[in-house]
Amino acid sequence: MTTAQISLKRPGLLTGHPMAKYVLTRVRQSVITLFLVSVVVFAGIRALPGDPALALAGEERSPKALAAIRAEYGLDDNIVIQYARFIGHALQGDLGTSSRTGLPVADAIGQALPVTLELAALSLLLAIVLGIGAGVVAAVRRGRPAEWIANALALLGLSIPTFWLGIVLVLAFAIAVPVFAASGFVPFGTDPLDNLRRMILPAIVLGSGLAAVVMRQTRAAMLDSLSADYVRTARAKGLSRREVIGGHALRNSLVTVVTVLGLQLGHLISGAVVTEQIFVLPGFGKLTIDAVFTRDYATLQGVVLCTSFAYIFINLLVDVAYSVIDPRIRLGGAR
Amino acid sequence: MTTLALTGIRARAARSGKLRALRKNKLAMTGGVIAVVFVLAALFAPLVAPYDPAQPNFDNVLAAPGWSHWLGTDDLGRDQLSRVVYGARASMQVGVLAVVLAFVVGVPLGLLAGYYGKFTDSVVSRVTDTMLAFPFLVLAVGLAAVLGPSLTNATIAIGISQIPAVIRITRAETLRLKHVDYVAAAVANGGGDGTVLFRHILPNATSALTVQATVGIPAAIIGEALLSFLGLGVQPPEPSLGVMLSSAQSFLAPAPWMAVFPGLAVVAATLAFNLLGDGLRDVLDPRGATR
Amino acid sequence: MTEPVLSVRDLSVSFRSDTRTVHAVDHVSYDLHAGEVLAVVGESGCGKSVTSMAVMGLLPPTAHITGSVRLGERELAGADDKAYGKIRGKDIAMIFQEPMTSLNPVLTIGRQIGEVLRRHQGLSKKEARARAVELLDLVGIPAPAQRVDEYPHQLSGGMRQRVMIAIAVACDPAVLIADEPTTALDVTVQAGILEVLQSLRERLGTAIVLITHDLGVVADIADRVLVMYAGRPVEQAPVDELFATPRHPYTRGLLSAVLRPGTPKDRLPEIPGLVPSLDTQPDACTFAPRCARADDTCTASRPGFRAVPDENGAAGADATHRAACWHPHTLQETAS
Repeated sequence: MTTAQISLKRPGLLTGHPMAKYVLTRVRQSVITLFLVSVVVFAGIRALPGDPALALAGEERSPKALAAIRAEYGLDDNIVIQYARFIGHALQGDLGTSSRTGLPVADAIGQALPVTLELAALSLLLAIVLGIGAGVVAAVRRGRPAEWIANALALLGLSIPTFWLGIVLVLAFAIAVPVFAASGFVPFGTDPLDNLRRMILPAIVLGSGLAAVVMRQTRAAMLDSLSADYVRTARAKGLSRREVIGGHALRNSLVTVVTVLGLQLGHLISGAVVTEQIFVLPGFGKLTIDAVFTRDYATLQGVVLCTSFAYIFINLLVDVAYSVIDPRIRLGGAR
Repeated sequence: MTTLALTGIRARAARSGKLRALRKNKLAMTGGVIAVVFVLAALFAPLVAPYDPAQPNFDNVLAAPGWSHWLGTDDLGRDQLSRVVYGARASMQVGVLAVVLAFVVGVPLGLLAGYYGKFTDSVVSRVTDTMLAFPFLVLAVGLAAVLGPSLTNATIAIGISQIPAVIRITRAETLRLKHVDYVAAAVANGGGDGTVLFRHILPNATSALTVQATVGIPAAIIGEALLSFLGLGVQPPEPSLGVMLSSAQSFLAPAPWMAVFPGLAVVAATLAFNLLGDGLRDVLDPRGATR
Repeated sequence: MTEPVLSVRDLSVSFRSDTRTVHAVDHVSYDLHAGEVLAVVGESGCGKSVTSMAVMGLLPPTAHITGSVRLGERELAGADDKAYGKIRGKDIAMIFQEPMTSLNPVLTIGRQIGEVLRRHQGLSKKEARARAVELLDLVGIPAPAQRVDEYPHQLSGGMRQRVMIAIAVACDPAVLIADEPTTALDVTVQAGILEVLQSLRERLGTAIVLITHDLGVVADIADRVLVMYAGRPVEQAPVDELFATPRHPYTRGLLSAVLRPGTPKDRLPEIPGLVPSLDTQPDACTFAPRCARADDTCTASRPGFRAVPDENGAAGADATHRAACWHPHTLQETAS
């Protein structure tokens, strides 16, 4: 009875609803991309010149060790079977064993992940607050000094490479005027204040470029929506400047801004690698670079796979968020 | 053939007007001048550099900027100015070659995907999506790991990372131009696919592609500095702005100039190309311009 | 006669750029009384829309406005955005020509109607929503309780324009300005919108300024008509009088062209000659270059907007019929 009532109100919640249909389409596309990515990663290790066992073995190259690896990875089996096994293990959370530490790759990733996630979250927060704020100001104060300043900062933010900004900030705030720490990581749970003291500089470094991009897009989108007819309507209603700008113009601009944020997340991941290297944070990026230098291919394979999966997943989330913000997509209507 | 002639005339007339508009844009011209200075310094590095960039001088390590060494010396007593000049040479080399690589691969694929559509388009688009699923640095790191770290491999990695963007832009331009009157006319007049693609569509897509190149070069310069900084690009003792910054990290307190000047060089180069690119975008590609 | 609810005196609007000044509106005056419908008629670019945007205070800061706009007791000319914010949507409201783009695509209908109620009447979210449903019903939208939660793209153009009207009349304003409310809509839908406007006037006593170029619409619902040409008022009269005895040659041209068979109803008739550029503010009649009756006086000095002589040759005392012309058509001429 209840089910009937619900389905009367919302016919075919899971299949017929345009939003569900849209999400399903996007999920299907993502799964295809995920599959291709896993093939590339799998093939990447096998494409290495020479014996993959040599690659997976890292520095330990005795015939005995190689034989053990051959057995562990089933390298003598058919390539398709090898791939199936690789995926099967990965899906169960088994990403192999690090040749450097001898520990499961999944554990190393599990330890590095919180560090990178905190860094990314702080940077994202910074980029959103600063970027959207400056973008709105630049659009609303068009042709005034405020727009100039915001534009100049954005251009600088885009042109200063993250790693140099990191070095300069360390010079300024950790060496010249030591207010923040330049390196090391303390878990937030252990000492929140010390954690933030160490994470603020990295977050600024990682967030600044993103903030610049967000600012430019927000400004452009706001200029568009500020001249739109519905903003004139909002003004004709007697709404305050705040309500017109925040409730109407910005609300519409967010659609664009969220898309851009999604497209920029790849840069965030790349930037995290460098930032962690500069500030010696034991995150994902450091794990990756260390893996490269120690020829720890099992770890590298796991890290690349995880990063790409995360990236695809985030993009999927962004697309879904996008449709929540814009009812025209959510409800599948015409524009 | 008249259509072909007309296309050419139209493009040329539009181009001279656009150049004049660009010359009026002060920021873009400033960027252009700095960019030219960089290109010249890179080309004539041996003439410009006052010292041998690789020559250590252990009597004069970590010297502060002064008359004999304008930008100071590094931990091995090498002249920083000379190293910055040679580093800029490496940056420009990667910047140009990586973009060329991305264009050589990306433009034909974009043309094919946009022109033939259907199956070709789906295949190319899926491949592009897969490439985009790897963040730039992860891709570069992976390639450096597979190919081994060097300037050439860094160039290849950066070039490959820029291919998807080139494909997407070329594809979008092709889709747009396919339906423009004079291209449709060329098709109707029995122009072969090759003629249509390379004589009608490609010349008219140059605006968008030029803009992409001015975005791609600074991105590649930063990319090179970044990979070298991480040890995945140029290998010491070869000079590179990224390598210089990497070694500067150990001497931040005693010799901050080691970190400041190579960084400023990277910023100046990327800023110059970004300004030029912004100006070009305003002039050439009004649709993509941020107003 | 009672005090007008809206009184516009010598309103002029000019836009300045580096190279030139455009006089979009040049000394326009009119009065609007409670429950009255005043139609403002003219070709595109004649300044009719700019006039009402100036009254609403919606012109960009680059616009230079002089003259007086009185809404009841309040002077609006020169008021800042904040002062206007307390009046717009409450005492004076406007609906626009573009129903497809005038509503915010990402907000529900209910939110967009409720907003104005919450702003001016301090209603709670719940009260505003309930009132929004009533308003949707009032403007003739079927199933209002369901529509209130929908988004603009789910509604047709006519429905969207009804929503715009609902927003405009939400706070029962004394004056409603409708800027070509039916132009963008199908003919069948147009009639419905006009019906809604008319019933609002009857039920709520709202005074309406209807900007249009459709003389058929004017004949249907207007009480009085103001004709504009090139930024200036050229003739004003009660609607029947204007249609029966147009005095200004421009008005006469407009009407005769409409009466000619085969002229599409939604298009303004063509009169020979070009509308003058608004760059200059000539000390002459702006219609002179296109006018068959023009002489040296017309090109030498600007005619005042004066009461036209009645059948006795005397100007009417209450001056309900005015024209800006040196040589207005006489009643005998208009009768022919």
